Amino acid sequence: MTKLTIRTYSYLFLVPAFLIYFVFYLLPTALSLFFSMTRWTLTDWDYIGFDNYVTFFSETALSIGFRNTLIYAVVTCGLKVILGLLLGAFLTSTALFKNYLRSVIFFPTLLSTIAVGIAFSIMMHPSSGLINTSLAALGINGPDWLGNTKIALLSVALVDVWKGVGVATVIYIAGISGIPAEYYEALKIDGGSSMNAFRYITVPLSRPAMNSVIILAFIGGLRSFDLIWAMTKGGPGFTTDLIASIIYKQYQAGFYGLATAGNVILFVGVSLLAFPLYKYLTKSEVYL
Amino acid sequence: MKRTNARTLALLTSMMIVVLLAGCGGNNSPTTNGPSGNTNANAATNEPTEKTTLTLMVGNTGTTLEALKAVATEAEKKLNIAIEYDIKPDGTEGDNLVKTRLATGDMADLLVYNTGSLLKAVNPVDNFLDVTNEPFMADVLDSFKSVVTVDGKVYGAPVGSSSAGAILYNKKVYGELGLTVPRTWDEFMANNEKIKAAGKTAVIASYKDTWTSQLFVLGDYYNVQAKVPNFADNYTNNKAKYATTPEALRSFEKTEEPFKAGYMNKDFLATTYDVALKMLAEGTGVHYPMLTSALDSILQNNPDKINDIGVFPIPSDSADVNGLTVWMPSGMYINKNSKKVEAAKKFVDYFVSKEGQAIFSSKVKAAGPYVIKGIELPDDAYEGVKEMQKYFDEGKTAPALEFVSPVKGPNLENLTVAVGSGITSAQKGAEDYDKDILKQAQQLNLPGW
Amino acid sequence: MSRDISRMLVERVDRSRSENMGISKQARRVIVAVIALVLSTVIFWIPFYFVIINSFKNQAESALMNMSWPKSFHILENYKAVLTASDHMLVRAFYNSMLLTVLSIGVLIIVSAMAGFVLQRRDGGRFSSVFNFLVLAGLMIPPAIVPTIWVLDSINLFKTLSGITFVEVALHFPFAAILYKAFVATLPREIDESALIDGAGGGRLFFNILFPLLKPVTSTIIVLESINVFNDFVNPLYFFPGSNNATVQLTLYNFMSRFTTSWNLLFADIVLISIPMLILFIFFNKQIVAGMTAGAVKG
Repeated sequence: MTKLTIRTYSYLFLVPAFLIYFVFYLLPTALSLFFSMTRWTLTDWDYIGFDNYVTFFSETALSIGFRNTLIYAVVTCGLKVILGLLLGAFLTSTALFKNYLRSVIFFPTLLSTIAVGIAFSIMMHPSSGLINTSLAALGINGPDWLGNTKIALLSVALVDVWKGVGVATVIYIAGISGIPAEYYEALKIDGGSSMNAFRYITVPLSRPAMNSVIILAFIGGLRSFDLIWAMTKGGPGFTTDLIASIIYKQYQAGFYGLATAGNVILFVGVSLLAFPLYKYLTKSEVYL
Repeated sequence: MKRTNARTLALLTSMMIVVLLAGCGGNNSPTTNGPSGNTNANAATNEPTEKTTLTLMVGNTGTTLEALKAVATEAEKKLNIAIEYDIKPDGTEGDNLVKTRLATGDMADLLVYNTGSLLKAVNPVDNFLDVTNEPFMADVLDSFKSVVTVDGKVYGAPVGSSSAGAILYNKKVYGELGLTVPRTWDEFMANNEKIKAAGKTAVIASYKDTWTSQLFVLGDYYNVQAKVPNFADNYTNNKAKYATTPEALRSFEKTEEPFKAGYMNKDFLATTYDVALKMLAEGTGVHYPMLTSALDSILQNNPDKINDIGVFPIPSDSADVNGLTVWMPSGMYINKNSKKVEAAKKFVDYFVSKEGQAIFSSKVKAAGPYVIKGIELPDDAYEGVKEMQKYFDEGKTAPALEFVSPVKGPNLENLTVAVGSGITSAQKGAEDYDKDILKQAQQLNLPGW
Repeated sequence: MSRDISRMLVERVDRSRSENMGISKQARRVIVAVIALVLSTVIFWIPFYFVIINSFKNQAESALMNMSWPKSFHILENYKAVLTASDHMLVRAFYNSMLLTVLSIGVLIIVSAMAGFVLQRRDGGRFSSVFNFLVLAGLMIPPAIVPTIWVLDSINLFKTLSGITFVEVALHFPFAAILYKAFVATLPREIDESALIDGAGGGRLFFNILFPLLKPVTSTIIVLESINVFNDFVNPLYFFPGSNNATVQLTLYNFMSRFTTSWNLLFADIVLISIPMLILFIFFNKQIVAGMTAGAVKG
C-alpha cells in the first residue's frame, strides 16, 4: 500500500463509527461473557462460575426453544427465498401493474412487527377471527391457528413471511434487473421457453441476491423475538418459545446474570450456524 | 496538508457526536430524575406555601387507579400535594419495570406494588422507607403488616381490601339447575357434569391472559396447608416439593381435571379475562376460578348481574376441609431515596385515614374484608363478598403461599396453561414448577438451595 | 396462504408451456394480471382494510371482529380517544420516535458512509480484515441486552434519548457499512485519483465528491433503517423505559393491555403509527431498488 493511500484513506474515517460500535455493541458483548457468570442485580454481582449455564441448560423449555428457533429460521428463510425469487422474477417480467404490485408486496415491511402481530392474532381467533369465519363461509373448518400446539409456530412463521417477503422481493428485483438482457435474447433465439429462461438464467444469475436474502432472513429468523412475543408470548405453555423469548423471560424475572448467560448461548449458537453458512455461500457465488 | 484534512474531519465528526451526546443529555435531564438533577425541585418543596408534586407509580389494570385519583383529588385540596401518575403495566412486565427502575435509582416517590414474595424480590430494605413506627400504621391489621414486613420492619400501607382466590359461580344458573354449593372436589365435578349436560360451560378458562390459569394451584393453598401444616416452611427451606407432596400435587391435578373431563369452554386458549367475566355474568359459563377482585370488573361491565355472582372456596377432597385462600391487598411504599419523603408520608397518612378510605372504597368496592381497624364492609357489599364473610367469621381462611414464603417461580402461569390445556401432565407440570422454584431460589441466593 | 402465490405462479408457468400458442400473449398477460391483482387483494389488502374499517367502529361493533361496513362511524371520536389517552402519551411518543429516528439515521449515515469508504478502499489491508470481521460479527451476533443497560447506566446514558440513539446506530451500523462498502466498490478509483491530482485531501474527496455519488444507497439505507428504528420495539423496551420516554411501538404495547376489549382504539393506534413510514416510502419508493442493486446484490 502506497503512502498516498494511507494518507487519503485514513483509518481516522473509521474512528467515529467504531467508537460508537465499540462502546455500545462490542463492549457489552464482551462484558456479557463475564456477567453471565454472576448473580447480578445491576448494582452488584457475585461471581458464581458456570452455575447460570447449568441453570439455563436445565430450563424446561430450552430444548423446545432450540428446536423452535431452528424450525422458525428455516421455515421463514426458506419461504422468503423461494417466494421472493418467484415474485422477483414475476415483477421483473412484462407483467401488467407490476409497479403497483411491488408497492403492495413491500407495504407490510413498513408496518411495525407489533402492529402486525396484534392484527393477525385477532384475525386468527379460532371461532370469531376473520380467517376462520371466511374459511367457514367456504365450508372449511379452520384450525386454531395459535392455540393448536402443532401449528402455532408455523402460523407465526407465516405472518413473518407475509411481513418480510417484500424486502426479499426487492433484493431479488435488484439482482434480476442486473442480469444483461442479451442472455434472455440469446436463449429466445435458441427457442428456449420462459420456463427455461427462469431455470437457466434467472435462478443461477440471481445467486448473489439469493445469498443476501438467505443470510439476512436466516439470521433474522434465529434472532426473532418481536413477532412471537406479540402473538403468543411463547405459549400455549412453552410450545412456541424461541431462544430469544426464553432469554426475555429470564430478564423479566430479574435474573440478569441468567439472561446474559442465555444471550451468550444464543450468540454462540448463531455464530456456529451463520458464519459457516456465510463462508459457504460467498465461496460458491457466481459472478457475472 | 492532505493528511491533516482527513484527520481534522474525523475529529470534527467525533466532536459533533460528542456535542450531540451532551446536547441530548441536557435535553433529557428533567425526565431522568437523577439524584443530582432533582436539587431544584427539592428546594421548591421546602417552601410551605408551594404546592408539592409527588410521583406515584401504579399498575394500569382494574379500577385501583381511578380510586387513587379520587383520593388524590381530595388530598390536593386538603394537603396541597398533587400526584402525578407514572403508569406501569401489571404482571411480570410490571415487575420487571419496577426492578429496573429501582436498580437504576429512578423510582417514583410512591409505589403501589404487590405484597408478600414479590415485595421481597425487590429488596425493600434498601429501597423503601421503614414505616414501622409511623402513626398511620397503628390501625393497620397485623395480618397485613406481616406481608409487608422484612427483617422485622414494616414497609407498606394497604391499598384496598383483601380478596380471595376462589371459584366465582353464577348463582342464577345454580338455581335453575337446582345445584348446591359443593363442599368437596367430587361434588364440584358432579355439578360440572350437570352443567355440561345443560349445554353450558362448566369451567371457564381464559388462558389468553396466562396469569388467570394459576388459580386452581394458588387458590388451593388453604387445602394444602390444612392437610400439611408445615408445607410453607419446608417448601421455603427446600425440603418439600410440589411433585412429591401429594396434597400439593393435587393442586396441579385440579388444574388438569376440568380439561380432561371436557368441562372447559371452546377456544379457551384464545379467551381473555374480560371475555371470561362476561361469560360468567351472562351465565353461559358457570364456574370461573378467579380472584374475588374480579367482582369489581363485573360491576363495571355488567352492573345488573353483579349479585348473580357468588363465591365458594376451591373444594378439597374432604368435606371437613373447606376454607378460603386469601390475598392481601397491594401496598403503598415510599421511595427511601425520594427527596420528598415528608410529603409522601403526609399523603399516605391521608390515604389510610377514615376519610381517605371512604373515598377510595366509594370507587372500588371491597372484594373481601378490609385490613384497617374500624373500616368495615359496607352493607351494600357484593353478594359474593357477603358469602365470603362467613369463612372469615369462622376462621376458615389462610393466606396464599406467596404471602408466607418468599419463593414463587416466575413460570407458574405458563406451566399451568400447559397442564390446563393437556400439553403436559399434572405430574410433569409439578416437577417443572419445582425446577422453576429452584431457579428462583438460587437467583435470590436463599439459604439452603 | 403465501403458498397459494407460489402455486399460482407455478401454474402460470406450466400453463404457458402447455397452452403455448393457444391464446394470444396479450390475453395471457391480462389473465395473469387479474390473478395477481385478486391474490394481492386477498393477501394484502384485506388485512389492511380490516384494521382500518374496524378503527372506525364503536367498541361493540369492533368486538365482532368482522369486515362489515360500520353501522355508525366514530372516526374522530376514536382517533381523539387514542391521541389523548394517558395524558397524550401517543403525542409524546410520536415526538420521541421521530426525533430518535432522525438522529439515529443522521449519525448512522455519516459514520457508516465514512467507514464503508475506507473499508472498501483499503480492502485487503492489514487491519481491514479485523474491521471486516467485526462488522460481519455485528450482523450475526445478537446484542447483549443487560450488559448494554449496564454500560449505558455507567456513562449516564440509560433512559436518555442520546443513549438509545447510540445503541440504534451501533446495532444498525454493520448492515449500513456493508451496503456502503459494496456501493463504494462500484465507484472507480479514477475518481479518487483525479480528485487527488486536483489537490483534494481524503476528507474533501469523500465529503465533496464521493458522498454525493452514494445517494442511491443512502436513500435505500434511509428507508430501510428508518423503518427499523421507527418500528423498533425491543431496544426502546430495554434501553428507553419510563412513561415520558414512550415510543410509538411501546404505546401500542401499553394500549394492548389498557384497551383489552376495545379493538377499535387499538386499531386506530395501529393506523396512526403506520402513517409516517408510509409517507417516507412514497417519497423514496423509486430509489430503494437502485441502492439495493449494488449493495445487497453484489455484496
